[in-house]
Amino acid sequence: MVEDRTIGGRIFAAVNFTLLALIALVTVLPFIHVVAGSFTTSAELAANKFVLIPKVWSFEAYKFIFSTDTIFRALGVSIGVTLIGTAFSMFITALMAYGLSRRDLDGRNVINFLVVFTMLFHGGMIPTFLVVKELGLIDSYAALILPSAISAFNMIILKNFFQNIPEGLEESAKIDGCNDFGILFRIVLPLSLPSIATISLFYAVTYWNTYMSAILYLDDSAKWPIQVLLRQIVVLASGMDYSSSLDAAVPPPDQTIKMAVIVVATLPILMVYPFLQKHFAKGAMLGSMKG
Amino acid sequence: MQEVTAQPSAIPELEPKKYKSSSELKKRLWRNKLLYVMLIPGVLFFVIFKYFPMYGLVISFQDYKPYQGILGSNWVGLEHFKRLFAEPDFLNILGNTLILFGMNIIFYFPIPIILALMLNELRGTFFKRLFQTLVYLPHFMSWVIVVSITFVMVTMDGGIINELLVYFGLPKVNFLLNPDWFRPMYIIQVIWREAGWGTIIYLAAIAAVDPGLYEAARMDGAGRLRQVWHITLPAIRSVIITLLILKIGSVLDLGFEHAYLLLNSMNREVAEIIDTYVYTAGLRQGQFSYSTAIGFFKSVIGLIMVMSVNKLSKKMGEEGVY
Repeated sequence: MVEDRTIGGRIFAAVNFTLLALIALVTVLPFIHVVAGSFTTSAELAANKFVLIPKVWSFEAYKFIFSTDTIFRALGVSIGVTLIGTAFSMFITALMAYGLSRRDLDGRNVINFLVVFTMLFHGGMIPTFLVVKELGLIDSYAALILPSAISAFNMIILKNFFQNIPEGLEESAKIDGCNDFGILFRIVLPLSLPSIATISLFYAVTYWNTYMSAILYLDDSAKWPIQVLLRQIVVLASGMDYSSSLDAAVPPPDQTIKMAVIVVATLPILMVYPFLQKHFAKGAMLGSMKG
Repeated sequence: MQEVTAQPSAIPELEPKKYKSSSELKKRLWRNKLLYVMLIPGVLFFVIFKYFPMYGLVISFQDYKPYQGILGSNWVGLEHFKRLFAEPDFLNILGNTLILFGMNIIFYFPIPIILALMLNELRGTFFKRLFQTLVYLPHFMSWVIVVSITFVMVTMDGGIINELLVYFGLPKVNFLLNPDWFRPMYIIQVIWREAGWGTIIYLAAIAAVDPGLYEAARMDGAGRLRQVWHITLPAIRSVIITLLILKIGSVLDLGFEHAYLLLNSMNREVAEIIDTYVYTAGLRQGQFSYSTAIGFFKSVIGLIMVMSVNKLSKKMGEEGVY
């Protein structure tokens, strides 16, 4: 659109800008507050209340949470599940999406329908739990990955993206003696990097944020991922449910410590986000618009 | 391919024409064998983790005992469903779910649209990018993180919100245990986490609008607001309706994690929703059949809602979801 230079247009632009700036600020302030709070002492936090840039820097909270191996172990679980889960999900999603993207494949409409149907109707929590249990996956890390290995939504986005790759490319690869696996891995995937990056990010975030699968399928607290531990430290220790806190004599953790655990549980996403952000805006839009 | 044509047909007694097409089909199937191999892991996933659970819904008509299994458990017909509608607990939970859903539609749904319109009117790509980056961010945080951030902010001892209340001479509020605060807190968290992300699809739709339309409107003397009202909004109408359909389809499907994390013994009366109740009744108390019946009820309502709203939107001349 062309710049609107009337007085009304300028006022409109100024008001719009200010409002958006405020909204953006309100969105990030809570998180900045938590990050800043985690890097200061509890005395400083109590005195200054709202800390945006700590006057007294301190790594006391981080030293404390990393003094036992509980957090390390939970981080290890989360990182492992995220890396393995994302690679696995991406692999089988791409295989399925590519198969279904080929128009000459008999039966693709039926499979497509059955996939879309799972987005409209599902068995729900208990029957899924029973299936996982019957498979003997309770208390295994596989329970955090397998039951949610493919997101129908991601698969369809990827399938639509593959469909838009000119068929001529595949034909000529075939003539050169490439089989379907070769076409997928040497031609289609390299051409789909923005989509792959986007969907990998979606999967990675889902695995990193795994909480429900963990409380449903893991009884052994030694296997908890970071999100479950975070809930244990922040939510249960905030005096919500005294009944479920393990020992009433143990004082609840300091604010700074809770904040540090929140930061640790969020950090990997914050690190991945800027790298993939330029891709996902494009990738997600392509997928959703052409779907 | 050579092998297939050389093979004798499995059904020689068919008419020549059909025989030909069936062998062609076989040829095609064989030619695409690698593609079918590629589909195996995905199909297995959907069969095991999506369709087996659908089969598992039959336990809502049984008195399911884990050690007897689905095949060994007794059938009880609609007993669990009858209990559902007689249970005051269930009606309360259904009410809670519907209220939160209604608040979602009223307070959350319009916000991404407004935000997208505002972002679209923003001059200068730098700030547009910057604001987008900032408002997308919360979407990537888990509910555990969102709820945890809320907790450290609203806690009675030293939470920033309560400190601010004290600063302004107001009494402290126990946001976490006070049932009156559950719903506002819930919906504010939804808005904080999802509003920015929700703009993506609207921005994509707005980007597809023909710039000539704006030019024509300006020639006719339309100001910025009028252009938004008469061009941008009608242009994204079908996207709005599609998303509304999807939303309505998930009427009872608010998601387990968010409510569960905010739930405690003090606010249970307003905070217990269908998803959390299924978890508590099913896995905590071992009432597998009863809680499966609740989940079944929820899924069926969802399906009916999507199909009927979709039909309605098609009647109104919109595209619909499928």
